[in-house]
Amino acid sequence: MDYAKIFTIIISAVFVNNFVLSRFLGLCPFVGVSKKLETSVGMGFAVMFCMSLAGVVTWLCNRFILVPYEIEYLKTIMFILVIAALVQFVELFMKKFMPALYQALGIFLPLITTNCAVLGVSLLNIQEGYSLFETLINSVAVACGFTLALVLMAGIRERLELADMPKAFEGAGIVFITAGLLSLAFMGFIGIL
Amino acid sequence: MNILKILKNGIIDENPIFVLMLGLCPTLGVTSSVENGLGMGLATLFVLVCSNLVISLLKKVIPNKIRIPVFIVIIASFVTIVDMLMNAYFQTLYLKLGIFIPLIVVNCIILGRAEAFASKNGLFPSFLDGLGMGIGFTLSLSLLGLVRELFGNGTILNFQIFGANFKPALLMILPPGAFLTLGCLVALKKFIQDRR
Repeated sequence: MDYAKIFTIIISAVFVNNFVLSRFLGLCPFVGVSKKLETSVGMGFAVMFCMSLAGVVTWLCNRFILVPYEIEYLKTIMFILVIAALVQFVELFMKKFMPALYQALGIFLPLITTNCAVLGVSLLNIQEGYSLFETLINSVAVACGFTLALVLMAGIRERLELADMPKAFEGAGIVFITAGLLSLAFMGFIGIL
Repeated sequence: MNILKILKNGIIDENPIFVLMLGLCPTLGVTSSVENGLGMGLATLFVLVCSNLVISLLKKVIPNKIRIPVFIVIIASFVTIVDMLMNAYFQTLYLKLGIFIPLIVVNCIILGRAEAFASKNGLFPSFLDGLGMGIGFTLSLSLLGLVRELFGNGTILNFQIFGANFKPALLMILPPGAFLTLGCLVALKKFIQDRR
């Protein structure tokens, strides 16, 4: 196994090409769910769970259904259906076997279907030509990067509530400016690779 | 409801980006130039109009309980069409927009309009709604692209605006510039609204 490559994938997905801050995927939950620290952690874990599952399942679907029959152009349709079904399945499974976790994640689970980061990571895994193991590593790392950005943002926003600012910037304006500064900070990681 | 009212609703009153704040990912991801913003906006406009039309036609046939998956399949089919058409005829733009083309599927505006408008209204109003929303989306993307390209590259549609001595602020084309520009534009919109 090529440890160096795996290390590169992880660092790249978490810091350098952070999905939210440099690739702009999954912004809706990033803006919508980052008001409170607690909910952002819950959302982060829900995404992590679904994203790693979705990454692996879509990779398998691509390898064993789309490629053998040469119908790769149906990728988009198939992946979104697989993800929607998967999220629904995870929701049912959790409700039955892990009610405590289900309660904690609550409304975030169904929202994940429309999280473009999940579809994005599935498509990118195929595009980059990753093997199954690399796909798993990449999906988990991307989800970690997403959670990191979400939790950082939530922490900052909790403090922003009390801060003085020009009236026009209140609400959405300041959130984007803050995200811009965070993104600027994450650009500093480019030198690592 | 008259024609102009529905169109105006999409372009101004419920502008997808500055009012509804839906579909932010492509908004920020591809607007490093006017050309990209315009291309993305028009691709989304096409999918939005087509999916609104088909969903409005089929609204009585689709069972209520599984309507969301059905909507997604309809939208995904049109996205696949756009994906293949752009690959065939606008390859440079296609390569620049990259992964954001297939990701039109998960653009919340499209599913949002299908659910909120097309599944309840007739064919013609749905068409107009898709058109209005699509134009609103395209205009917003082009505006963002305009600001970023102007400051980040000193050009508009690759046409030099400032003299040769202009030093572009590279930051505006890089990811942070997208967030900063959108933040300032949202604040500007709020400022103007409060003034009234």
